Amino acid sequence: MLKRFNLKAWLLLLPALSLLIAFTHWPTLKSFWRSVTWARSDAAPAKFVGLENYEILLDDPVFWRVIENNFWYALGTVPTSIALAIAMALWVNSKIRFTGLLRLAFFTPTILPMITVANIWLFFYSPNIGLFNQLLALIGITGPNWLGDPDIALSSLMIMTVWKEAGFFMIFYLAALQTLSPELFDAAKVEGASAWRMFRKITFPLLMPTTLFVLINALLNAFKLVDHLFILTKGGPNNASNLLLYYIYETAFSFLDSYYAATLTVVMLVTLAIVALVQMLFIDRRIHYR
Amino acid sequence: MRANRMLKVEGLTRRYGDITVVDDLCFHVNEGEFVALLGPSGCGKSTSLKMIAGLEIPDAGSIELEGKDITQMTPGQRKLAMVFQSYALFPHLKVIDNILFGLQARKVAKDEQQRRLDSVVELVGLSEHLQKKPGQLSGGQCQRVALARAIVAEAKLCLMDEPLSNLDAKLRNEMRSEIRSLQQRLGMSVIYVTHDQVEAMSMADRIVLMNDGKIEQVDVPEGLYNKPKTVFTAQFIGSPPMNIMHLANERLGVRPEHIAIADEGRPARVISCDYHGADTVVLAEIGEAEDRAEIIKIRYPGHALFAAQQAISVNWRPEHEHHFPVSQ
Repeated sequence: MLKRFNLKAWLLLLPALSLLIAFTHWPTLKSFWRSVTWARSDAAPAKFVGLENYEILLDDPVFWRVIENNFWYALGTVPTSIALAIAMALWVNSKIRFTGLLRLAFFTPTILPMITVANIWLFFYSPNIGLFNQLLALIGITGPNWLGDPDIALSSLMIMTVWKEAGFFMIFYLAALQTLSPELFDAAKVEGASAWRMFRKITFPLLMPTTLFVLINALLNAFKLVDHLFILTKGGPNNASNLLLYYIYETAFSFLDSYYAATLTVVMLVTLAIVALVQMLFIDRRIHYR
Repeated sequence: MRANRMLKVEGLTRRYGDITVVDDLCFHVNEGEFVALLGPSGCGKSTSLKMIAGLEIPDAGSIELEGKDITQMTPGQRKLAMVFQSYALFPHLKVIDNILFGLQARKVAKDEQQRRLDSVVELVGLSEHLQKKPGQLSGGQCQRVALARAIVAEAKLCLMDEPLSNLDAKLRNEMRSEIRSLQQRLGMSVIYVTHDQVEAMSMADRIVLMNDGKIEQVDVPEGLYNKPKTVFTAQFIGSPPMNIMHLANERLGVRPEHIAIADEGRPARVISCDYHGADTVVLAEIGEAEDRAEIIKIRYPGHALFAAQQAISVNWRPEHEHHFPVSQ
């Protein structure tokens, strides 16, 4: 009986499982293998080189540059977009007029493809004809070269990313807010709690499951989303705005070194796995789930 | 001696669009008094309570607490306590933090918080559950936490919105007498919203009976039972409801428990018997009006064995008759 039940279960899992294995697990294992091998070209047979690729990686200044960039990129975009998302969700969840329009306005950046967004922002950021610099010129300020200046290129990317991501995360917070019983807030009001106290003691803790979910997604996106780099900076100038995934792409398809790209990929996978694990293990325990 | 007025509600009105949910509500609560707001669902009793709490804004009327107009105050400024139907416990906070939530918000001194916590925990018997979260408690225990949160505030007036309706029948009976004895011991002034006449009759000092947004009658429980002023009151209080017979120039009401099946009296015919254990509700047809028969219910002590269509005689004492004008 149990055996037959198991067979059925496996059969039902089979379609999803085969896709997962074929397109996630198998390539992952393949990358691991590739990262410890090397060949002069793709046509030549690869030979086992141990950790040699990783030694090269440790000495690669560009690698350290993209890691540092990615760190600042995550730190700059994740908390900001989460805070903005909560603020916008609270706003559109309140009993004000035109909430429908507001929700639409906040959500629009999300439904646009990243490439489209990047093209719009390319117009915003252009040095002379760009919207930002034209507006700044109106009040007599000569705007910076948003994407060309190595000191601010990464920050410019972050601003755009926050604009793109916050609306998406807002939807999750909005959904979570609407599941909270209004009686809880009535009770808090009767007890004399201020709006800030209600947010800090009730709303925010009850939104924690959503925050964990959003946090993981935002952090993964900070590593995964690089489409805009193709349009805006191509990682430049001089790698000032280069990110890990874009560097992997460059290594594999511009420099045609798939073995070193595999090595970088493994580093990225391990980093993301550690990030997710830390979040699940340490933050999860302090969250109240209903 | 006239008791101190705790709360006075004057002309309270609330409209949603064209619908008047609460219409010109006037009543008062004396200090230490337990007043029930009773009525069928949708009669506006919960809306009235929310207006007193400050959670709904009235369209007209005034609310006075100890002689001070609080109509325009925020819920927090009114310093009332409230028990919600869903308990409204904060699910992520431990029981102790739920109870102390209001005191912390009002910045009550730590030692005072502790003193009040100790006494209230003893009162409602929650000492071994203080470190648990509401999700780990039973319905009755959640109810106690909600009660403790209301008592610990030491508010002048405590509002309760159908606090027992989520409990099962046995627990409801226990909590009923427990809330009543707590209220009497602490001398709390309470407004208690319920649709359950048994709750109102057994707990309240006075009952405000509402129907369709308006007050039907304000009276002590015996008053509502013995001297109902309207057909609505007569039929809402008592179970089964009072029999109303349509006479030519008035309506005659007699309670099922006041009708006796005897050797002589008015002739009636049995339709069916409904055995309840302690008594039997007999459904009968009585030829009271000249041209048409009326169906009445009779509460007969013990187990009645009447066959359908059996002819019986019923009578009642004149003092048990209630007379209402036809217009009602």
